[in-house]
Amino acid sequence: MSNYYDDKDLRKFGKITEWSEELGNKFFDYYSEVFKEGALSAREKSLIALAVAHTEQCPYCIDAYTKDGLQKAITKEEMMEAIHVGAAIKSGATLVHGVQMMNKVNKLDL
Amino acid sequence: MAQTSLQKRHSDLAQSNKQLELLSNGIFANGELPTFKEKISETNQFPLKAKKLEILQINVGYMCNQVCEHCHVDAGPDRKEIMTKKTMQECIEVIKNTGAHTLDLTGGAPEMNPNFRWFVEEASKAGIKDFIVRSNLTIIRANKKYYDLPDFFKKHNVHVISSMPHWTRGKTDKQRGDGVFDKSIKALQELNERGYGMPGSDLRLDLVYNPSGAFLPGDQAAMEKDFKKGLMEDFNIQFHNLFAITNLPIARFLDYLIASENYDDYMYALVDAYNPSAVENVMCTNTLSISWDGYLFDCDFNQMLELPVNSKAKHISEYNEELLEGRNITISQHCYGCTAGAGSSCQGTVA
Ligand code: SF4
Ligand code: SF4
Repeated sequence: MSNYYDDKDLRKFGKITEWSEELGNKFFDYYSEVFKEGALSAREKSLIALAVAHTEQCPYCIDAYTKDGLQKAITKEEMMEAIHVGAAIKSGATLVHGVQMMNKVNKLDL
Repeated sequence: MAQTSLQKRHSDLAQSNKQLELLSNGIFANGELPTFKEKISETNQFPLKAKKLEILQINVGYMCNQVCEHCHVDAGPDRKEIMTKKTMQECIEVIKNTGAHTLDLTGGAPEMNPNFRWFVEEASKAGIKDFIVRSNLTIIRANKKYYDLPDFFKKHNVHVISSMPHWTRGKTDKQRGDGVFDKSIKALQELNERGYGMPGSDLRLDLVYNPSGAFLPGDQAAMEKDFKKGLMEDFNIQFHNLFAITNLPIARFLDYLIASENYDDYMYALVDAYNPSAVENVMCTNTLSISWDGYLFDCDFNQMLELPVNSKAKHISEYNEELLEGRNITISQHCYGCTAGAGSSCQGTVA
């Protein structure tokens, strides 16, 4: 394998069903159901997906949901704000563990 | 953003045969992707045939006040192809006798044809049910001589269909050029003042959305909701329907796809989104397109690719609706633009 990530592989995503048809199909059915208009609009879901794609740091998902956002006429300002939400939660999740560090210090330190 | 047409720049892609060559080579020649003919044959939909004529679309010239990056007409101020009054007269005869319920004037900017008003006045006398003029909005604010267009449209009960890439300035000006957004907003407000686009009004005002880049349009209904909300909240503007239209890979959009190295991916996206039920109603099945010099085509796209209509009647002077009905449609890979997702036509989605 010369490359771990190849953007053309995204087109082959559907092929995962070939080696496990039932589970693959279940996944794709579930996936498409999740993104339909519901209590949240498809537009809101696309922005959530974009933020999560970044926190997961998945290049395929970033490609897919940037394009999806453009298709839904989402502006680049909206996309960037969504990513900041993901980033804020990520850094918040890191920092809130600082309390654990403080607890431990307070317990061990004289 | 380019200020001139491909033709003026002497670009290779100004030639329709070069575009057609490109659309048949590469990923379609090496078997990576099926040709459109192969694809529609899978569901026994080849050959595509024209049904009863419903829409007569007349292109009155390629001159335009704008030079949009994605334009499939390669229109612009430098284009000199303009329908003469003589050809218009021939069109009027056809309009008087057609079985079509819709007459659709397009361009370029149709208003820039010096005989545009005469043509509209004459055509409106034929009493066709739905009389559309595709107006790019900015033309209304381009020059004093066009300021009265909203009144003129109203007087002749013209159905106005206008392009609007986005409800925000940034995305609109990127696709269509600086200042387009503000002028379009002003033009829409003027149309609203005349009653155009208001709830329950007979003065129809629809907007056309097409993507500002190498991606497909989103869901038409969801997009209409977003446009209505955005234009209402910020500018108090109303309109009737939004048509989401896919950019076809021809002319300037094809040039853009190649220059930005998006061509292969875009064609993949179109083929992936292929929807056989959209094929049933692609617009060539109920539309006939007439060019500025009076030639007949299956659609405005085939007109730009100079793919002539497959019938003995090839020119407005030989016009014969019976002869044209049932003709085989001339297709190539650009047709994938009409069959992606919910399909695409000058009246929006088709599936
Ligand atoms: S897309 Fe319409 S407004 Fe833009 S250059 Fe072409 S004809 Fe003119
Ligand atoms: S591009 Fe023209 S000929 Fe091809 S499917 Fe669309 S309307 Fe028909």
